Amino acid sequence: MVDCEPPSPDEVLLDVRGVSHQFELGQGLLSRKRTLRAVDDVSLTVSRGEILGVVGESGCGKSTLARILLGIIAPSRGSVLLQGRSLSSLPRRELARLVQPVFQDPYSSLNPRKTIGEILELPLRVHGIGTSAERSRAVAEVMAQVGLADRLRGALPNQLSGGQRQRVAIGRALVVRPQIVICDEPTSALDVSVQAQILNLLLDLRKTFGLTLVFISHNLAVVEHLSTRVAVMYLGRIVEQADVDTLFETPRHPYTQTLLASVLTPDPYAGLPQATASDVMPSPMAPPTGCTFHPRCPYTETACNTERPVLRQVDRTLVACHLAK
Amino acid sequence: MTTLLEIDGLEVSFPVAQGILRAVRGISLTVDRGETLGVVGESGCGKSLTALAIMGLLPPRANVVTRRFTFDGEDLANAGEARMSELRGDRMAMIFQEPMTALNPTLTIGLQLTEVLQRHRNASAKEARARALDLLSRVGISEPAARLAQYPHQLSGGLRQRVMIAMALMCAPKLIVADEPTTALDVTIQAQILNLLRELKAETGTSLVFISHDLGVVSRIADRIVVMYAGEVVETGTRANVLGIPRHPYTRALLECLPRPHSGDRGGHLGAIPGLVPSLIGPVAGCAFRTRCTFATPECAVANLNLVGTKAHATLCRRADELWGTLPRG
Repeated sequence: MVDCEPPSPDEVLLDVRGVSHQFELGQGLLSRKRTLRAVDDVSLTVSRGEILGVVGESGCGKSTLARILLGIIAPSRGSVLLQGRSLSSLPRRELARLVQPVFQDPYSSLNPRKTIGEILELPLRVHGIGTSAERSRAVAEVMAQVGLADRLRGALPNQLSGGQRQRVAIGRALVVRPQIVICDEPTSALDVSVQAQILNLLLDLRKTFGLTLVFISHNLAVVEHLSTRVAVMYLGRIVEQADVDTLFETPRHPYTQTLLASVLTPDPYAGLPQATASDVMPSPMAPPTGCTFHPRCPYTETACNTERPVLRQVDRTLVACHLAK
Repeated sequence: MTTLLEIDGLEVSFPVAQGILRAVRGISLTVDRGETLGVVGESGCGKSLTALAIMGLLPPRANVVTRRFTFDGEDLANAGEARMSELRGDRMAMIFQEPMTALNPTLTIGLQLTEVLQRHRNASAKEARARALDLLSRVGISEPAARLAQYPHQLSGGLRQRVMIAMALMCAPKLIVADEPTTALDVTIQAQILNLLRELKAETGTSLVFISHDLGVVSRIADRIVVMYAGEVVETGTRANVLGIPRHPYTRALLECLPRPHSGDRGGHLGAIPGLVPSLIGPVAGCAFRTRCTFATPECAVANLNLVGTKAHATLCRRADELWGTLPRG
């Protein structure tokens, strides 16, 4: 490839601007219609070669955000720009060449009747890339890159282990050479020894090909290990965003601090952390007023109950907390 | 401390199309009174089957053999379902991973809690209700009276797990077996449930068998740890010994697989374990971990292995002394 310029370090690939998405629930005969605001006014950017970690607990909207970034669901408000072009204006096929997913469950995301070779070749056929011989070479190449032995080409998914299947899913995402890969909990279904293999693979791919990743996970230790920048989500909103060193060394939002204190690494002498936040998780259906974290927050002041904090710059961090300084 | 539970030579196997699946292959463990024993291992290592075997809850098609199975001074090796059923919920109780499937969705919390005491202790409805209210507030549930009238689906995951814990405590059991009790919960909730289990245990003197795939969780709650691999105990000992100076290559490899936050090693290579767990259909010769082990020698394929060491630290690895030095006797 001769026409490829070295990427500038700050080239913004993905620009998410004020994106919200809500689901209408419970339109039953007797129940009132309710609105679930899964993603609420989220803005972020992803630069080329970056691994953006998005971390949060169940119900925080991280998977809905993944689906918005993939163009699977159109946001109710706001826009997502990929290299300056709106996702909603891109034809489906072109979008699929630029943005590719890796999902959590490698058991349900692969067609059980297709061989590994067929699964990896399909995206190339769909996009009309190359001759049959070229496609075959591309499949062999991607299999080597993701660490799958060539003899597995004729195997069916059920003959593979969980880790091997996740390698296939990553290979299928990479085979069309996308600009960005969106991973939604890609190692959560795997044992830790296999998770380590997949994390090593993703880090190698970034080093070798400058792969750009959005890595969505509930596992803070994994996000810290892999990401270059991290966004923390709580009840549909980003509450803190910073580069990985800043976020993990000086967490500024009380929710981020609570999350970090809850990570249990193997340490026979550390004991259990004292819980600081209340564990009463508010319903996403009826989020609290003001700062949505205030009912659980150990530091609340009056403004927290009434005024919703917006993301603002404090030192090297973007944080949505009235009290952060 | 005296021994509450002792299991020796437990084997669990299942007939499958290709032969006999030997899922648990001769494990031994003891739990002292008031002790928390952590059982760790990856999927398929036999840790959940061991839990079910303790509770007498294995499916009928499972073939179970033990040399010795005593609980609270009673020999249960040949106990029938009738006896196990008397013990379950009374002197031994279980907490499962997913409280939504473990609780009956069609019955109120109150009915499910009080039933335990009424069945095992012939308690009156009034007594059972008083005990349920007391336990719900002790596990940190606000407005316990209102909760008694609710159904499981009306509670959050964290609350449901608290209800499960309250239910396990109804008859003040001697032993609680908890199988991945916090795996389905968010991390901030997990820390609270673990703190709760620890407090209740200190209060009641109950013994706890805590089964988990998560070495981090086990390291914070267990007094002693059992590491399982391919249906065997490969290492056991005190929490400080097993995690601080591990003497089995699998335990060491497992620890190296985990990202270590704040280690200054972000983005570095993790110590992944190559290869796969061997098939447990048919006999496994020698060490089951040898095909993935960086220290394996040809002798590991033929060796007849036994756990060597003391209650404070023992390993199945025949090369442990050679690789990591001998342990002090005693």
